[in-house]
Amino acid sequence: MPSHDEVLAIAERVRAGETSALDATQAALTAIDARNGALNAFLTVSHENALDQARAVDAKRARGEKLGPLAGVPIGIKDALCTRGVVTTAASKILEGYVPPYDATVVARLRAADAIIIGKTNMDEFAMGSSNENSAYGPVKNPWDPERTPGGSSGGSAAAVAARMVSATLGSDTGGSIRQPAALTGTVGIKPTYGRVSRFGLIAFASSLDQVGPFATDVRGAARVLGVISGKDPKDATSLGAPVDDYEAACGKSVKGLRIGVPAEYFAKGLNPEVEASIRAAISELEAEGCIVRPVKLPHTRYALATYYIIADAEASSNLARFDGVRYGLRVEPSGPGKADLKAMYGATRDAGFGTEVKRRILLGTFVLSAGYYDAYYLKAQKVRTLIRRDFEEAFREVDVICSPTSPTPAFRLGEKVDDPLAMYLNDVYTLPASLAGIPGCSVPAKPTASGLPVGLQIVAPWLEEAKMFSVAAAFEARSPGLVPPLAT
Amino acid sequence: MTTRIDRAQVEHIAQLASLILADDETERLTRELADMVRYVEELNELDTANVEPTAYVQLERSELRTDEVEPCLDPQETLAQAPRSAHGGFAVPTFVES
Repeated sequence: MPSHDEVLAIAERVRAGETSALDATQAALTAIDARNGALNAFLTVSHENALDQARAVDAKRARGEKLGPLAGVPIGIKDALCTRGVVTTAASKILEGYVPPYDATVVARLRAADAIIIGKTNMDEFAMGSSNENSAYGPVKNPWDPERTPGGSSGGSAAAVAARMVSATLGSDTGGSIRQPAALTGTVGIKPTYGRVSRFGLIAFASSLDQVGPFATDVRGAARVLGVISGKDPKDATSLGAPVDDYEAACGKSVKGLRIGVPAEYFAKGLNPEVEASIRAAISELEAEGCIVRPVKLPHTRYALATYYIIADAEASSNLARFDGVRYGLRVEPSGPGKADLKAMYGATRDAGFGTEVKRRILLGTFVLSAGYYDAYYLKAQKVRTLIRRDFEEAFREVDVICSPTSPTPAFRLGEKVDDPLAMYLNDVYTLPASLAGIPGCSVPAKPTASGLPVGLQIVAPWLEEAKMFSVAAAFEARSPGLVPPLAT
Repeated sequence: MTTRIDRAQVEHIAQLASLILADDETERLTRELADMVRYVEELNELDTANVEPTAYVQLERSELRTDEVEPCLDPQETLAQAPRSAHGGFAVPTFVES
């Protein structure tokens, strides 16, 4: 059985008894073993554990019990999500060897849907980054060109799907960390509405922005995974009780007459000409499908990056205070006379455990929250966030969805931007506004560049209107070639 | 508001954040933090005097669950992840003189 079968194909065949969950899992393990050495997409592969899960699914079927919607589908999980009994590090040295005693709600829901949790994927440390070069366990390589990054911070989850090690993974998106790597690797990546999916068990970066979402080889696969993980969770007070739409059914819906907004602010200076051409062609394809294309204004777009970094880093500085060497993970106790105090232990532990990018963000976050600066920076950013949200509210009075590039450039080379944090941050410029507004967005593969690098079309929808987003994404996918890197064939 | 970031300030912030930075790290982070702060000050171009801050991300506050006692994690299992534990709790260096 090929490892690159799509989510729905695997689940239907396992449910029909045409193949076993064990075969599907073994195929994925073989693909991971063959390709992970070159890509570093997985940090942990749970060989025996995954095979046991597969046997349990097959036994369930043998007993005549009904199987779940992800029967036998091997799924990789970003290492920011807690997995009971499986090492979870958020790609940080400070959590090296940490084994959570519980599952994140999304992981528990995947298990309940009979998915196979096959391993943990690499990421930027604590999800801080746009290139996956901040992992304490080495960078992930892009399956399209191993000298390039897969994007970040869910780079491992994106690369694992692009290289067809598995047909779906979970990632987390704070400022674009699902959509941007999806674009750079030619995969489908979904960031749902804030609160659509539980954050319980997600190691927090910026709590008002973080959302868990799927990567998949195709739109319908992503729709099925999102359907499984969505919905109210009593363990997360920010999760929403709104009914979960049938995302798969939305994938088959006509988009004729649907209004697509195109913001001029997303086609400005800094956009790679090949990316622009690909996205304009994608919008024309949707027009040919019967959509009505209109210009929209999102005037506060240029302030999104500054707003994001103040808010995200402020929340990060607070969330990461829990890593102090007391309850879990690394502890460094300074030796010598007078050193056995608590404060010194915190400092020594955090110095040894955190990488440079994490320290940089904790410092900015602590600064903007500190006495005398709170109003000028943090409160100001929260007000500008309101203006950015209002931009979308206005735009969605005129259109149903908004289309744009996901990333201003195709995948860049490893090391190209590591010494210039601001240049690196600019890579998320098109994904940040939707994150700040809390609205859903996805990236779908568009026409690649002349040199064969993937380009992503971003589709953004109003609050809780994921179904509309899926309709447009599936309509576009049907008119565009799927992208499979040479490594996976 | 224009804020100048200097080394002493970074050392103070690092102390607030329980971070111990090496000398060269302090120097580099001072430079980078100064760049970041200069950049985020572009928000000053906007008049936000009459704008409410986004205090809550969702359109409506979600319903809170009822406050009921539920099973929690096994204390032994939780303590198994602690770097050091003693007497059924997390062990830390002495910080109060006996």
